[in-house]
Amino acid sequence: MFEIGLFHYLTLAALLFTMGVFGIFLNRKNVIVILMSIELMLLAVNINFVAFSSFLNDLSGQIFTMFVLTVAAAEAAIGLAILVTFFRNKGSIAVEDLSSLKG
Amino acid sequence: MVSPLMPEIFTVCAGLLLLMLGALRGTSSVSFILSAVVAIFAVGGCLLLGYDDGRPLDTLGGMIIVDGFSVWMRLVIFAGLLVSTLLSVSWLKENQVLKFEIPLLYLLSGVGMLFMVSANNLLALYVSLELSSLCLYVLAAVRRDRLASAEAGLKYFILGALSSGLLLFGISLVYGFTGTLSYAGIGAALSPLELPAGAMVGMVFILAGLVFKISGVPFHMWTPDVYQGAPTSVTALFAIVPKVAAFGLIIRLLTGPFASLHDQASQILIFVALGSMIVGAFAGLAQQNFKRLIAYSSIANMGYALLGLLSGEPEGVASVILYLMIYMIMTAGVFAVLMGLKRQGVALENISDFAGLGKKAPFMAYSLVALLFSMSGLPPMAGFFAKLFVFQAAVAGGFFTVAVLGVLASVVASYYYLRVIKVMLFDEPIGAFDCDCSISRKIVMVGSVVFILVFTVLPNALLDQAQIAAGSLFP
Repeated sequence: MFEIGLFHYLTLAALLFTMGVFGIFLNRKNVIVILMSIELMLLAVNINFVAFSSFLNDLSGQIFTMFVLTVAAAEAAIGLAILVTFFRNKGSIAVEDLSSLKG
Repeated sequence: MVSPLMPEIFTVCAGLLLLMLGALRGTSSVSFILSAVVAIFAVGGCLLLGYDDGRPLDTLGGMIIVDGFSVWMRLVIFAGLLVSTLLSVSWLKENQVLKFEIPLLYLLSGVGMLFMVSANNLLALYVSLELSSLCLYVLAAVRRDRLASAEAGLKYFILGALSSGLLLFGISLVYGFTGTLSYAGIGAALSPLELPAGAMVGMVFILAGLVFKISGVPFHMWTPDVYQGAPTSVTALFAIVPKVAAFGLIIRLLTGPFASLHDQASQILIFVALGSMIVGAFAGLAQQNFKRLIAYSSIANMGYALLGLLSGEPEGVASVILYLMIYMIMTAGVFAVLMGLKRQGVALENISDFAGLGKKAPFMAYSLVALLFSMSGLPPMAGFFAKLFVFQAAVAGGFFTVAVLGVLASVVASYYYLRVIKVMLFDEPIGAFDCDCSISRKIVMVGSVVFILVFTVLPNALLDQAQIAAGSLFP
């Protein structure tokens, strides 16, 4: 019987985290996709925390997860609010339009 | 017994009361809230002075530690917050950015920074870092009607969220491989003889996340855009305070829980310090916008400050603390001058607009000359001593090559400071300047110029304090 252990959870989390990071850098289209990638990264970290917490028989990892979820919600709210102000000024949320400041 | 966290408790409670006042009274309460926040920072700093820094105290179940380092860094942060709020008072009024949320966001991000330097647990580290960052994202985008401000906020937010993701991933690995979140527990679990690879990888991720906050290379990309796009008063806050707090966090991590990983950490620090010094020096050469120039200068300065951490000795840490204080004071002075520079009501941000300032407004021009000389590290000024002590610490630790490259980078960087001075003093004036220098700006400007000149005479007063603060990290 195939046994699912800590290693599998960590691999899954690392894969999701990498997908999140690549989502931020390779995405050339839409800022919303970047916000989704950020969320993916944070959730991958949560998998890590919960897996470690259960493996170590220590609750603090799960408590940390609660904090991460809360902060992620606040972060998403702020990110969307800033995105709305950007859209009002520019009329677009394409990544390539984030270009008025450079040099 | 009075709680050792009295300054934070007072600041938060007063801030929440002001938030209610602002919500009920709206825009009419802005000037009252602005002055109240200035007063809160002053009182908060005074509350710290009563603390007897004999022995470290754990509070909030070990989440927070209050020792000599934390007391001194909090004092520095309060001073920085006070100065940047003072600078903002007149700027916000002149530019009609009258939103009561702005001073309160300063206050809340300040509380986050105060907790950052006393965090004693990875959870406290994360929450305090996010408290300050989330407020700063909003502040960058606070001029909702300006494209530049919204874009700066969005860029800062995206890269900041990425870096906190890296930080969290690192924290989760360190937690998994040491089994605890408390600094003391991590320090005990990691010994030089037994270093789990996972914890080492975790430390690298944590450092990467924190290097973003101090705008070190390779995570510096946000700095010039955010400095340029954010409203100038907010840029002043960005330049003055959060980096000190993030540095406090890094110092405590590297001397406490990750002390046994020092060899590995210093490899990363060398890379970041060299990269920041070189990028800050060369990329600044081509800048036309003064705020962008200050951004590259801050990147370079963070590189120099990191040099002091390479050796991992108390002297090195003391030199970093001193460097940060002097850098903070110089930056405050530069922004006090910059905020006062206007022509027909339009703020001047391009270096070419400064032409002829020496003839039209000699007082401001020569203040800026002194500050820029100090930033470039010319001998009689405070900036020279700041650099001297960090280079000394690096050489004492045996990092000769890095120190020499740092000195060379600082020579290159002095070109762009001198260029600004040349434009101000020797170019033909384009037109008159409005010199409605408000009293609070004048105080900050004169104060910082006096400081950089007088420091030569009395370097020991601050150096001793920095050494006491650093000493408390090495029991």
